[in-house]
Amino acid sequence: MAEEAQATDSGPRPIVPFLKLGSNPHLEGQKCSSCGAIFLDAKRVACSKCGLTGTLKPIPLSNKGKVYVFSVVHQSFPGIKTPYVTVIVDLPEGVSVRSNLIDVNHEELQKDPKKGFDMPVELVTSVVAKDREGHDVVAFQYRPSK
Amino acid sequence: MRNVYVLGTGMVKFGRYPEKSVPELGGEAALMAMKDAGVAIKDVEMFACGNLYQANAMVGQRILQQVGQTGIPVINVSNACATGSTAFREAYMACASGMYDVTMAVGVEQMGKQGLLGGAGGGDPAYGTEGKLGSGLMPAVFGQAGIEHMRKYGTKMEHFAKISVKSHKHATKNPFSQYRNEVSLEDVMNARMVGYPNTLYMCCPTGDGAAAAILVSEDKLKQLAGGRKRAKIAASVLTSDPYTDRDLTLPDVSTLTRRASKQAYEKAGIGPKDVALTELHDCFATAELVHYENLGLCGDGEAAKFIDTKGGCHPDLGGHAPVNVSGGLLSKGHPLGATGVANICEVVWHLTQDERAKERQVPNAKVGQAHVIGLGSACTIHILTV
Repeated sequence: MAEEAQATDSGPRPIVPFLKLGSNPHLEGQKCSSCGAIFLDAKRVACSKCGLTGTLKPIPLSNKGKVYVFSVVHQSFPGIKTPYVTVIVDLPEGVSVRSNLIDVNHEELQKDPKKGFDMPVELVTSVVAKDREGHDVVAFQYRPSK
Repeated sequence: MRNVYVLGTGMVKFGRYPEKSVPELGGEAALMAMKDAGVAIKDVEMFACGNLYQANAMVGQRILQQVGQTGIPVINVSNACATGSTAFREAYMACASGMYDVTMAVGVEQMGKQGLLGGAGGGDPAYGTEGKLGSGLMPAVFGQAGIEHMRKYGTKMEHFAKISVKSHKHATKNPFSQYRNEVSLEDVMNARMVGYPNTLYMCCPTGDGAAAAILVSEDKLKQLAGGRKRAKIAASVLTSDPYTDRDLTLPDVSTLTRRASKQAYEKAGIGPKDVALTELHDCFATAELVHYENLGLCGDGEAAKFIDTKGGCHPDLGGHAPVNVSGGLLSKGHPLGATGVANICEVVWHLTQDERAKERQVPNAKVGQAHVIGLGSACTIHILTV
C-alpha cells in the first residue's frame, strides 16, 4: 500500500528527482564507481563516460559551489518572469549543475562578467508552483554564499 | 568509397511563405536543383529529405508527390539544426558507396515566426524547469558558450557584436538572404537583449526556406556535366557529443566541432589555411566566435584578435579567411531543416563561380567548408573542392 501512502502525502514535491527535500535539502548525484563520473539523472542504464553498467551509486552533493558561467535571460516563454540569471555551478564533487542565480544584480554582471566567475554560491530552495493535486512544487536556486 | 560531385543546386530565397506548404517549398528547390543539374526526376535514384517540424509526416515522399513519384527509396532525416546537412550526407553516402549514381538531398523548413521552443513534453506543467532551474533556451545556452570564451580569454561583448555587423554587411550582397540590411556596432550593442551577451541582432531569425542538391558519381559526372566545373565532396563528417565533464549542463559545442573539424581536414588532406571560404553555424554571434577557433581559422584564444584584424570578412571589405559571406544564419535566416543544404549551396556557388554568388564571389576559391551543429548533439562538416 506504499503507493496509496505516497498519493495521499500532502508534503511538498521536488521539481526534479535529484533534489532531496526534508530537514537538509540537497542534491543527490549518481557516481560511477568505476570511472568516477557523476550524473544527476537517477534513471540511467549505464555510465555515459565509461559505458559500464551497474556501477552507479547515490552520493549526496555539497550545497556550496562556484559559478562557472552564466547568462541573463531577457526573453523567455510566456508566464516566466524575466530577466533572470541562468547559471552553471561547479560543485566540489566534480559535477556541474544548472539553475537560477538569485540575489545578484544582473546589470552589474552584464557590465562586468568577471564579477560572476568563481563566485562562491550556496543552494537554497523555494516553492515555485503547485501541481495538479495541489502539492507545493519546490525548486532549488543558488545565491552568493553568506 | 568513390568520388561524389555536386552536379546541381537549388535554393528558395529564405523568408516567410505562409501561403505555401512544406512540400511546395521543398519541391521548388528540388526542381531548381534538377534543372541546374540537367536531370529529371526519373534520373534520380535515391532521395534524402531533411525537415524537423514535420518529422512525423513523410515530408520527402510528399515532395515527390509534387515533383514526380518514381518509386525511389526516400529517407526522412531529423537531426536538430544539422538536419539538412545530415540529409546531404545520406545522399552522399548512398552515392559514394556505389549503390546509386544520382541522388538528391533536400532540406526544407517552415517555421513561420516560431522559434525552436523545445519539446512540449507533456505531464504536469508545474514540473517544467525552464526559468526555474536556469534556462535551456538557445540564446542563453549559446550565450553561456560565449561567456565561457570571455572567462577563458577576456573576450568582450564588442567582439561578438562585430561579427553581427560583418555578417549583416555580407548579406547585402546576397539576394537569397532573409534580411539584407546593414547594422552598426551601436545598433547591435544597443538592440534589445535576448540572452546576454546575445542581443536581438546577434540571434538568427526564424523563417522558412528550402535548398536542394543533386549528387553524382564521377562516371555520371563525365556523362552529365558537359564540361561544366563541378565541386567534389572532399570530406563528409558527422559527429555526436563526446562525454565531457559539463555536458549535463553546458552542451559542448566546441569539443563536438573540433572533433568533426579534425576528421574533415584529415579526410580532405588539407588544413585550415587552404580553405578559401567557410559557411559556419552562426545561430548566434557567440557561436560564430568560438567556431573560428574550433575550425582552426585562428589559434585558441585568438578569436578576438582575428575579428579585430578583419578575419572572417570578405576580401572586398579588406578581410581574410572569409566566413559566412552569404550573411550567415544571422541575416540569411535559419529555417532549421534547410540550413545545412543551403550552406553547401553557398560554398558550391563560390567554387564553381556560379552566377548566384556573383556579387559576393570569393575570388579564386578552390576549397570551401560548410559546418553545422545541432543540439544536442550533432556536428556535420563538408569540405568541397574544385
